[in-house]
Amino acid sequence: MNTSATHSEIVKTADGIPLKVSLAKAQRKSRIRGILLVLPLFAFILLTFFIPIFDMLFRSVENHLVPEVMENTSKLLVNWDDRSGELPSEEVFAAAKMDFEKGHAERTILRVGRRLNYETPGFASLFRKTARRAKNFEPPYQDAFIERDKRWGEIDTWRLIKRESGAFTISYYLAAMDLAYAPDGSVGMRSETQRIYLKLFWRTLVLSAFITFLCLFLAYPIAHLLSTLPIRTSNLLMIMVLLPFWTSLLVRTTAWIALLQQEGVINDLLVGMGLLSDDGRLAMIHNATGTVVAMTHILLPFMVLPLYSIMKTIPPSYMRAAKNLGATPAVAFIRVYFPNTVSGIGAGCILVFIISIGYYITPALVGGTDGTLISNFIAYHMSISLNWGLAAALGVILLVVVLVLYYLYDRIVGIDKMKFA
Amino acid sequence: MALPPYTSPGERIWFYAYRIFCGLVFFFLIAPVIVVIPLSFNAVPFFTFTEEMLRFDPAGYSLRWYNDFFTNPNWQGAVKNSVIIAFFSTIIATFLGTVAALGLSRSDMPFKSTIMGLLISPMIVPLIISAAGMYFFYSQIGLQGTFLGVILAHTALGTPFVVITVTATLSGFDQVLVRSAASLGANPTTTFFRIIVPLILPGVISGALFAFITSFDEVVVVLFVGSYEQRTIPWQMFSGIREQISPTILAVATLLVCVSIALLTALELLRRRSERLRGMTPQ
Repeated sequence: MNTSATHSEIVKTADGIPLKVSLAKAQRKSRIRGILLVLPLFAFILLTFFIPIFDMLFRSVENHLVPEVMENTSKLLVNWDDRSGELPSEEVFAAAKMDFEKGHAERTILRVGRRLNYETPGFASLFRKTARRAKNFEPPYQDAFIERDKRWGEIDTWRLIKRESGAFTISYYLAAMDLAYAPDGSVGMRSETQRIYLKLFWRTLVLSAFITFLCLFLAYPIAHLLSTLPIRTSNLLMIMVLLPFWTSLLVRTTAWIALLQQEGVINDLLVGMGLLSDDGRLAMIHNATGTVVAMTHILLPFMVLPLYSIMKTIPPSYMRAAKNLGATPAVAFIRVYFPNTVSGIGAGCILVFIISIGYYITPALVGGTDGTLISNFIAYHMSISLNWGLAAALGVILLVVVLVLYYLYDRIVGIDKMKFA
Repeated sequence: MALPPYTSPGERIWFYAYRIFCGLVFFFLIAPVIVVIPLSFNAVPFFTFTEEMLRFDPAGYSLRWYNDFFTNPNWQGAVKNSVIIAFFSTIIATFLGTVAALGLSRSDMPFKSTIMGLLISPMIVPLIISAAGMYFFYSQIGLQGTFLGVILAHTALGTPFVVITVTATLSGFDQVLVRSAASLGANPTTTFFRIIVPLILPGVISGALFAFITSFDEVVVVLFVGSYEQRTIPWQMFSGIREQISPTILAVATLLVCVSIALLTALELLRRRSERLRGMTPQ
């Protein structure tokens, strides 16, 4: 601002402050007021939502247990060359004896065993077996350890402890992608029978894509019908879309169980009509079919609503003009109507896809074994196997996929344009 | 809608095929919601229509599952918890969300779309991930398995809906009204309560309804952040379906369908009122 140069020409407010300064002050005040309004919610979401998510990110790589409980051993193992082909020195075995004795007294050593068991099965029992007797070990400790269990005489055992004795680990991510360390420390695919997660991610993507396609296939015609019918009729039909949308998803899942199960309504109907014999009842639930049918039903409104709101904006005169210019109905649809709905298709598909790859409840109840998705395994590791690190790593991978899709959605539709019925 | 007389037979077939297809899709949408209603009056513990029911024999129908619902302490506790949790999380979410929406709708708000994106992210992140993060974090700070934990979690999940609906209402808000109020001598407080609040109230209430239904319907987060003490209706339904499936679940489902019809009606009335207030003809 050039206040000094043209002092006399400056417009001032009643109290003698230059108008520009006064305006800038007022604008700053107003901006601060705006920020203060947003701040409470921002702080709330930060505390109750973002910090938990960051905590999960951290948990997927943190590894405090091993270096903390096996403090002495892990410090000494840093200097041990695991490629030398020799066992760690007697000093390391002595440190391990101390850690085992202390860890046994504090009841922490078995947790280390369980942690290392994720990497190589058998470590839980090895640690349990060793911890019980570590107090009575006499020097030379190397022999005492090997006498207790000959696995202590194998270099791979010590390699694993050395590898997992850092404060951070990538082993959960390796496990989540079906990778593993070979005994020599290189990373490679797990053996065929141990591969679970890549198949599961693939199945999640394929089923979600299939559900998205089914939703589009079913939603496109009815969205078109809703947008072209007179408003009174279409409002009435809209209830048929909105009522399921507003009904609890557990109610809808329960309904599908009642309909699809072996002794359920559809099977009874087919048997009653003589189309099926009583022992030939179809297995439509507790498998992938159940997941696909129930999820398509649950997610269909999410496809209908964006399509409807786009189709509503296309004037009917476009199609009439195209036909008037000589296009057949099919050509008019493909060249004129369809291109106008592409943004709605994009919005609906990404929305349905995002929701379905993270779906948990419906696959858990009707999915059986081949209809479960990645989220069911996250829940399994959270509450049953208690391998929280792996649950967190799988969650982070899923989160990254969703955020990429979310970014695409933002580019196509804009987050702030998101509206509900 | 009748077809004009000049349509060719091919067009006629296509037209009717299209109509029939649409009819089937509508049937697919609505049938599962409707079918639970008669099934919930079943006299025997089956999930299907018995012969007595198909003959409309009164003996095939009974209210025993409703009776079970209203007398069983598991279900009654679930109803009480659902209402408590949804009530408190709706109040907090509506307050925080409305205040934030007022800030976000100011034209001079810096980084508007980034902040908006962050604030509505609880709605985007898959529930299982929110549930996992909250479960790990809340168990460290002792909130896992407490009412406070579940209420905070549900509030976080409900606020995006309030922010979005209130911002949408405010985007149609005529700022001239605020200036006219000021020029007529109203101070900002009076303007807020006499001009702004009545106009955005429909948006606030529908946001609150969204937040309420989010909490009332939510099951993934409550399964992990809550425990049996905090069981809500969906929690009880989920464990009921997993363990011993009884038609009481269908009775609950029927009651919930009635709740959603009531909510749908309320939202539609609010939408019409909001449009009337803004001088549009409701459709």
